[in-house]
Amino acid sequence: MRLELGHILIEDVKFGDTTKIENKVLYVNKQELVDLIKEDEHLKTVEVELARPGESVRITPVKDVVEPRVKVDGPGGVFPGVLSKVQTVGSGKTHVLKGCSVMTTGKIVGFQEGIIDMSGPGAEYTPFSKLNNVVLVCEPVDGLKQYDHERAVRFAGLKAAAYIAEAARELTPDKVEVYETLPLLEGINQYPELPKVAYVQMLQSQGLLHDTYVYGVDAKQIVPTILYPTEIMDGAIISGNCVSACDKNTTYHHLNNPVVHDLYEQHGKEINFLGVIITNENVYLADKERSSDWTSKLAEYLGLDGVVISQEGFGNPDTDLIMNCKKIEEKGIKTVIITDEYAGRDGASQSLADAHKLADAVVTGGNANQVIVLPKMDKVIGTLDYTDIIAGGFDGSLDANGSITVEIQAITGATNELGFNKMSAKMI
Amino acid sequence: MGKLKVVHYINQFFGGIGGEEKADHKPEIREGAIGPGMALNGGFKGEAEIVATIICGDSYFSENTEEAQKEILEMVKKQDPDLFIAGPAFNAGRYGFACGSIAETVQTELGIPSLTGMYEENPGAEMFKKSIYVVSTKNSAVGMRDAVKKMAPLGIKIAKGEEVGSPEDEGYMERGLRQNFFTDKRGSARAVDMLINKLKGEEYKTEYPMPDFDRVDPNPAVVDLSKATIALVTSGGIVPKGNPDHIESSSASKYGKYNIEEFDNLTEETHETAHGGYDPVYANIDPDRVLPVDVLRELEKEGKIGKLHNYFYTTVGNGTAVASSKKFAEEFGKELKEDGVDAVILTST
Repeated sequence: MRLELGHILIEDVKFGDTTKIENKVLYVNKQELVDLIKEDEHLKTVEVELARPGESVRITPVKDVVEPRVKVDGPGGVFPGVLSKVQTVGSGKTHVLKGCSVMTTGKIVGFQEGIIDMSGPGAEYTPFSKLNNVVLVCEPVDGLKQYDHERAVRFAGLKAAAYIAEAARELTPDKVEVYETLPLLEGINQYPELPKVAYVQMLQSQGLLHDTYVYGVDAKQIVPTILYPTEIMDGAIISGNCVSACDKNTTYHHLNNPVVHDLYEQHGKEINFLGVIITNENVYLADKERSSDWTSKLAEYLGLDGVVISQEGFGNPDTDLIMNCKKIEEKGIKTVIITDEYAGRDGASQSLADAHKLADAVVTGGNANQVIVLPKMDKVIGTLDYTDIIAGGFDGSLDANGSITVEIQAITGATNELGFNKMSAKMI
Repeated sequence: MGKLKVVHYINQFFGGIGGEEKADHKPEIREGAIGPGMALNGGFKGEAEIVATIICGDSYFSENTEEAQKEILEMVKKQDPDLFIAGPAFNAGRYGFACGSIAETVQTELGIPSLTGMYEENPGAEMFKKSIYVVSTKNSAVGMRDAVKKMAPLGIKIAKGEEVGSPEDEGYMERGLRQNFFTDKRGSARAVDMLINKLKGEEYKTEYPMPDFDRVDPNPAVVDLSKATIALVTSGGIVPKGNPDHIESSSASKYGKYNIEEFDNLTEETHETAHGGYDPVYANIDPDRVLPVDVLRELEKEGKIGKLHNYFYTTVGNGTAVASSKKFAEEFGKELKEDGVDAVILTST
C-alpha cells in the first residue's frame, strides 16, 4: 500500500469571503462553516474563532484537534466509516494542510477536557500552540445527554476539517512525502537481513470521553487487528477522548502518528517496518486478557523481532501496557514501551500503576503531576468556568488575577504517549 | 552583590577539640572558618565565605538530638546565612547522622538552602538523601579535596537558587524524585533508537526503571461476618451530590468522610462521582454500582453482616500519587480501627 502525502503549507489563517488557500494563508468563510456545523440539531450555537501562534489566547475546554486532509486520488475518503464511506484508505494521494488545525471547545462534557495556551509557559507543553487554529465553540441544546453531546462535538470537528481541506484539493503541494508498506511476505523479502519490526498501538476505549474509533467502529468492540501504517494517515483512527488531556491522542496525533513516521524513517536502514497492530484498553479484566493475548499472538504470527508499544492514558491502562509488554517479550520479541508518569507533584511516588521486570526499555513523556502556573491571557476561547474541576485542576486553580495553577495533565498533549513531544523525565 | 554568607557545621574532631573523649562537647559557635571550612572557602573562589562555624560533639548530638537541633538552629538564625553546609562526614556514622539531621532541620525550619556530604554507605546517606542534597564522598578524610570540589559549587548554586543538574553532573546522591526535562529528540524517535539498540544487543538506557511494588498481603478472613462491622472505602470518587469538599477529579489532595446512616440506597438525587478517569454516566445514574450501600444494607437486614459502618471514606484514585493515598489511608485507617470496624470493603472503579 503506497500513499503520497502532499503538504500544503499554511502560515496564517484569516476570515474571508470564500474558503480558500492563497500564498500559504488559509481564508475561512465563517458563515458557511457555521451553517454547515449547525446542520446538527444537537448544537444550539456554533461560533468560530481563530488562534495563532504567539497570541495571548487560551482555549479551554478543548475536546479534539483535527488536521484538515483531503483525499485527491485513490480509494475512499478521509475518516472512513465516520465521514466518508467505509472503504479501505491509505493508498493514492492525500493533501494535508500543514501548519493548521481545527479545534473543538465549548461547554464541558465530563471533567476531562484540556487547556491550550497559544503563548506563555503553557504553550511550551502543547504542540498545538505552534499551529494556526480554527476553533469551533459548540454549545449543545438544553438537556442533551452527555453521549450525544460528545458525539455532536466530535463530528463538528471532523466535518469542519473536511470542509476546510476541500480548499486544498486542486492545489499543488509544497512538498510530497511517499510512504509504502508491502504485503507481508513481500515486505519480509524486501529486507530479509533486517530485523522485522511492527508497531503496537493501544487505543483508549473506556467509555464516555475515553473512546476511539477505527473505521467508525468503537474500539471497545474490536479484537486486536492489523493495519497498513498509511491507513492511519487517512484518518482510519479518530479520537473520541480527551480525558486528562495531557496523554490522550487527538485525531491530529493519530493522523501524524510519530511512531509510524519514525519507524518509516528507519525502514530499510536499521529495521524492516512491517505494519501496525492496534489493540484496545477496555475496563474489564477478560477484555484485557483477551486483547493482550491477541497482540502477542499477532506479533508472533507476523514473525516479528521487535515492537514499539504505545499506551494511551494512565492508571487502569497501565495494566494493559504491562500485559502487552510481558506477553510479547515472553514470545521472544523485543519491546520498547512509551508511557508517561504520575509520580506526584513532588515526583516522589512510583510513576506507574503496574510494572514488570520485562519492561526494561521505557520511554516516558514526563510526569503529568508537575504543577505549572499559566498566566492570564488576554482572550479566552471557550470558558474558564471549569478550570477548578478539570483533571489536573483543583479548588482554587483559577486565581482572581486570571492565572491558573494546574498540573500539566490539564494541557492538551503535554505528556503524549505516542512520543509526539521532546519532554522526558529523569531521576534526580 | 557581596559574598554569600555561609554557616558551616563540623564535629569535635574536625573542630580540633578532640577525639572520642570529647564527643559530648556541646554546640558552640566560632567566627570564621575552621579545619575543613578553610578548604571550602578556597572552593568558593571568592563567591561565598564561611562567616561562622558551629562545632558539636557527635555523641552529644545523637544523644540529645532535639535539644542540639534547637541550640544550633538559634545559632544559625542569628547569622542569617545564605547557605548552610554540614560536614563532610565521610564514613563516620554518628557524624553522618548529625550532618544530615541538622542540614535537613535548617532547611525545613529556617528555609535556608542546606547540603552535606558523606560516603554512600554512611547510614545518614540513606536517611537524608531524599530531603536534602547529600554529596557523595570517599570513605575517609583523604577525600576532602574531592568532596570540596563538589560541595562548594553545588552550595553556591542552591544558595543562588540556580537550576541544579543531574546527580551525575553535580555529584550528589540520587534523591529518588522524577523531574521533567526537554530532550533534543521526540519520544517516538527515542523509542525507535532504543528498539534498534535492544535488537542489536547493544547498550540502551531505559528512561524509567521499573519501581519496586509495595505488595500488601490480605489480612486473615473475618471469622464471623454476622457480628462484624463492615465499612465501605472507595477510590471511585462517590461523594454526596455537589461534591461538598471539592475532591479533585484527578490527582486528589484529600479524601471525604460521609455519613450514610440514613441511606439504604444511593441515587442520582443524593450522590455522584467526582472521578475524572472513567465513564461517569453509569456511576451517576446509580452510585451503588461503585459504593454498594444497597447490597450491604440487605446483608445487614438478613443478618449476614453485623453492621454497615455509619461512615464511608472516599477519594479519587485517578492520577493520585501513591504517597497521597498512603497518607489518606494511614489517617482514616486509624479512625476505622478506633470506631471498631472489623473489615473494610475497598472498591475502585
